[in-house]
Amino acid sequence: MRGVLIDAPVAAPAEQVREAGAAPPPGSGAPAPAPAAEFDPSLPWRRARSVALRPEPFGALIYHFGNRKLSFLKSKPLVAVVESLAEHPSADATLVACGVPDAQHPAYRRALADLARSQMIEARTSLPPTARRLAAGPCRQADQPEEP
Amino acid sequence: MTAVLPARPQRPTGGRLIDQFEYGLDAPICLTWELTYACNLACAHCLSSSGRRDPRELSTAEAEAVIDELQRMQVFYVNVGGGEPTVRPDFWHLLDYAIGHDVGVKFSTNGVKLDRTRAAQLARTDYVDVQISLDGATAEVNDRVRGAGSYATAVRALENLAEAGMKDFKVSVVVTRENAGQLDEFQALTDRYGAQLRITRLRPSGRGADVWDQLHPTQQQQRELYSWLLANGDDVLTGDSFFHLSAFGEALPGLNLCGAGRVVCLIDPVGDVYACPFAIHENFLAGNVRDEGGFQRVWQQSELFADLRSPQTGGACTKCAHFDACRGGCMAAKFFTGLPLDGPDPECVQGYGESALAARDAATVMPKSHVDHSHTGPVRGQPTLLGMPSIPKVAPAVSSPTPPARICDESPLAGLRLR
Repeated sequence: MRGVLIDAPVAAPAEQVREAGAAPPPGSGAPAPAPAAEFDPSLPWRRARSVALRPEPFGALIYHFGNRKLSFLKSKPLVAVVESLAEHPSADATLVACGVPDAQHPAYRRALADLARSQMIEARTSLPPTARRLAAGPCRQADQPEEP
Repeated sequence: MTAVLPARPQRPTGGRLIDQFEYGLDAPICLTWELTYACNLACAHCLSSSGRRDPRELSTAEAEAVIDELQRMQVFYVNVGGGEPTVRPDFWHLLDYAIGHDVGVKFSTNGVKLDRTRAAQLARTDYVDVQISLDGATAEVNDRVRGAGSYATAVRALENLAEAGMKDFKVSVVVTRENAGQLDEFQALTDRYGAQLRITRLRPSGRGADVWDQLHPTQQQQRELYSWLLANGDDVLTGDSFFHLSAFGEALPGLNLCGAGRVVCLIDPVGDVYACPFAIHENFLAGNVRDEGGFQRVWQQSELFADLRSPQTGGACTKCAHFDACRGGCMAAKFFTGLPLDGPDPECVQGYGESALAARDAATVMPKSHVDHSHTGPVRGQPTLLGMPSIPKVAPAVSSPTPPARICDESPLAGLRLR
């Protein structure tokens, strides 16, 4: 059952990734199922086209206009990762480009897998833009040197 | 001279989301927007005391400007209600306008305008959710509260939506003492149309204050409701409105906190912004979308909302072992029953509400909303809950719970769909 006010079914990412950022709905005690097999961090991903992301002081809210799911990105680094997925050849490359410490990669992958399961991010078939400079992306492209 | 203001607590970093939400958001997750106070019905428990249109209601252009602003603020969707929103001639235009501007629409209706053509139109529209209000699984129970003929109107709308192939429309039920025993029947009715059930809590707001004593579920019914939600509630929407029941034990899924002014709010038909749809009272009026700075300024800078955006730290409830589960319950329910806002909810499942209600002294003045658009004359399909106004109160020898509607009880305008 979901919440006059807030009827959007809340996408429920896994409990163990709370600290990484994608958070389950408050009050949802349901154990999350194992991450779907479909999420492959070596493939290119992007925020789903039907998904809006709104920055908030704690991270961001994301809403899927199609399935009406609402979810929360509980840290700004995770917001940066999700927002720049489309600019990198793979999810893993995005983590590197965003400066996520290696030790946290598994937690971030779990968070991304949860977002994939709730269709907040989607696999992308096109290659990432390589030649152009990122307009406003929060993380530099993997194949671009950082500006001095 | 420097005024010494009590410092507002600072937002913590990290921690639980629910704690973050208590400090508010840059924009509401969603908001309720009552488009008009006009309504063809006169439901006994109407939370907005609707009936007659207000001449100051937002024009089409002003409503569009609000939508533009919501788009800029990335408010993902609005819960549109009223009154009966579909009686606004520009309702269908505003629906398309909102969806075209990335603002999803969920609207509540009694079904009066959902003929086959409109149902087919809705079935073709993405990003719209339709909620048909029904407060009884049978005409007998429903029409006592919502008015004679309202069950038939709602069911016709459900049939039209189902026939048009609309997916995931909702049957929206306010749980009362009279229908609390019909949850399974509501579920069956909803399933019959391929719809989804949505149940919400009766608040003592608007005309609901007049019937709350009579209609709010008993403690026993609350317990049964809680068990029913735990057992059957996975696919049932609740608008997060039953979080006070979490104090029975296991927390119900959803945001278990009062979202008023923090993550939700209300824009009323004349553009007034209130902390929540159940709080149409000047104490909870934060501003107007017509003011300089528009809705965004009201949401982000009003003193009232700033005051609401802090955790409750005092009051009787904070000392209760269940406080973390229910967070003190519903602000509007307390306010309109004359209880202190930092004390228990009148329907506190631990029983503190009942003692608080009993402890009110004779001097307690029930807050009364300054806004009332109730019909002043008889309407077609008067709710019979309070007795037919036109029938003299002669006690019948055998009580008849539902006096039959008579043609002479109808308004002279019966049958004429004015809007």
